[in-house]
Amino acid sequence: MSEHSTYVPGNAVEKWLDDRLPVVRFAKEHLMDFPTPKNLNYWWTFGAILVMCLGVQIVTGIILAMHYTPNVAMAFDSVEHIRRDVNGGRIIQATHAVGASMFFIALYIHMFRGLFYGSYKAPREILWILGVVIFLLTTATAFMGYILPWGQMSFWGATVISNIFTAIPLVGENIKQLVLGGFAVGNPTLNRFFSLHYLLPFIIAAVVALHIWALHVPGNNNPVGVDVKDSRDTVPFHPYYTMKDLYGMVLFMIPFAWFVFFAPDILGHADNYIMANAQVTPAHIVPEWYLLPFYTILRAIDFNILFIDSKLGGVIAMGGAMACLLVVPWLDTSKVRSGTFRPMFKWFYGLFVLNFIGLAYLGAQEAAEPYTTLAKVCTAYYFLYFLVILPVLSRIETPKPLPTSISESVLGKAHA
Amino acid sequence: MIGAMKMNMNKLIIAAAALVVGLSMAPVAQAAEAGVQPERQAWSFGGIFGTYDTNQLQRGFQVFREVCSSCHSAHLISFRNLMEEGGPEFSEAQVRALAAEYEVADITADGGRRPAVPADRWPSPFANDQEARDANGGALPPDFSVLAKARGVKDPFPTWIFNYFTGYQEGGVDYIHALLNGYHEEVPESAPHGTDGEPFQLPEGKHYNDYFPGHAIGMAPPLADGVVSYAESEDGQSVPQTLEQYSTDVAAFMMWMAEPHLVSRKQTGFAVLIFLVLFAGLMYGTKRKIWAGIEH
Repeated sequence: MSEHSTYVPGNAVEKWLDDRLPVVRFAKEHLMDFPTPKNLNYWWTFGAILVMCLGVQIVTGIILAMHYTPNVAMAFDSVEHIRRDVNGGRIIQATHAVGASMFFIALYIHMFRGLFYGSYKAPREILWILGVVIFLLTTATAFMGYILPWGQMSFWGATVISNIFTAIPLVGENIKQLVLGGFAVGNPTLNRFFSLHYLLPFIIAAVVALHIWALHVPGNNNPVGVDVKDSRDTVPFHPYYTMKDLYGMVLFMIPFAWFVFFAPDILGHADNYIMANAQVTPAHIVPEWYLLPFYTILRAIDFNILFIDSKLGGVIAMGGAMACLLVVPWLDTSKVRSGTFRPMFKWFYGLFVLNFIGLAYLGAQEAAEPYTTLAKVCTAYYFLYFLVILPVLSRIETPKPLPTSISESVLGKAHA
Repeated sequence: MIGAMKMNMNKLIIAAAALVVGLSMAPVAQAAEAGVQPERQAWSFGGIFGTYDTNQLQRGFQVFREVCSSCHSAHLISFRNLMEEGGPEFSEAQVRALAAEYEVADITADGGRRPAVPADRWPSPFANDQEARDANGGALPPDFSVLAKARGVKDPFPTWIFNYFTGYQEGGVDYIHALLNGYHEEVPESAPHGTDGEPFQLPEGKHYNDYFPGHAIGMAPPLADGVVSYAESEDGQSVPQTLEQYSTDVAAFMMWMAEPHLVSRKQTGFAVLIFLVLFAGLMYGTKRKIWAGIEH
């Protein structure tokens, strides 16, 4: 790991510790002295905000687990018990539920920031891939957490989503039964999802540690995308970025608190206040909003392709949409990282963002015209962006001249 | 130049983020298929300053107790809740006397039944769902505990976007109020026709309601002008004894049942938001001071 340490043990005890387990040296190197580009904008605060989100979910989740009962007969009422009878329970439960949405808002912003500024490009491919792994784990965790209140949408969302396993040839039905612990969503499902929902956040935390490790090898990318040349381009992480990140976190907590205290249920579905009932299907089954873009891609393939039926096709498309993220470092071969200096990329990227929002919107609509056609168009653009536009742009686009260093770009701005 | 571009980019992403939050969270359709939109009522508990009106909750409880509770359960409500702060706030003596009027099952008591105490749950009118269906022509009267939050209203664009900023959480009570006022004795001309153009057929034993999904509701109109006698208040003012008033009061009571800590939640939220805004201001000042010497 990088050597930026200016740490000198202050006394004999610190010296003794430093020779055996240099945690203080490690903290000083990586949390305080770490040289960080001085031109990072506020989009870069979402990394710290995400660490906060994970922390909030773990703390509130541990408290909720103390009062929750993972049993189909009691789960729904035990969540109400938390809201009604546990001290501060309404706030803790709302923080956890709203927190999931806030987590994904921050996660998507963080990912789109990386996609615009080319943070996935060499030498940060592993860093980016670890990030995608965190995204997938978080999605799985959120999906399993949503079943726990055992409302109608919990039950039917889980039923619909777990059915995608059956698309896998030969072993699909067996995999689905293994995941659900039975032929349909039931008590074994609730128990194992609760268990895994408690486990996965700690695995996420471990991958976050790897993610930060991978970040601290090359250091941060930055808005102009040119490498750090010398120490004039950087500032120590503390106090400059500790302070900026803390400010970003406090700002982020304002809309967070707004939802928790004034509209805790607005991000959910009214149907989830009806206890799960296998006999009654809701008129309109919708997954949570953060899964919608990928849900739209899953549903968009409603036609058979040769020997692949529409169901398997949908699953392949959804898996492919996530796989695109994993391989984007090798699809976009442009040497210029920052979208700021890529006149054509910028437009396709903007369209990609709007397209992604469109995919989310379409996921909440019923499967009828014009939505089904629009879903196909948006799905097509999603894949075109990764598989055609990025590779082609890398070859044909003439980027604008890059500043020679971060310092130069910063000075240029100051005198512009 | 770079700065200007960065600004544009930021604006674009902010707009996009706002859109994604808004668009993708459109509430699920809950209201009538025919698209009759329940009218929004001026609830005392709406908005960030919203609190329950204790008198209204007491009247709503009276309507619930005298009318609704003969078919609808509320199994998450305990008698003690009725005296808690932020609710109907009956006195402890009132609640004890009220509870004593009811009998609850208790296997440790002589004969298996005893008078209720404040710690007991509100007794359900039927022993189980099947008994409830048998007594109600096959329809199951839903439990009232969280019903006000289990119903909603699908708002047209762009209203539902504004809902995130106004914190509109009263779709359920608006729907309940509309439902209670939405009955017709005869199938009205506005009733939807079948796909084959046939006029609306109301099944035997059902009632026509503008707001109920499918319009054929098992519940007969439960309220009518004058069915509940409200006591006159001490200063001699009387509350109208009308369907409109009853339905508003009982809907408000149902909201309290579903969200008993609404008042303290909003009060806490107010303090939290004021703190966060001030704290953010201080953080911004500190951040600026620290960064003052750095061109960035």
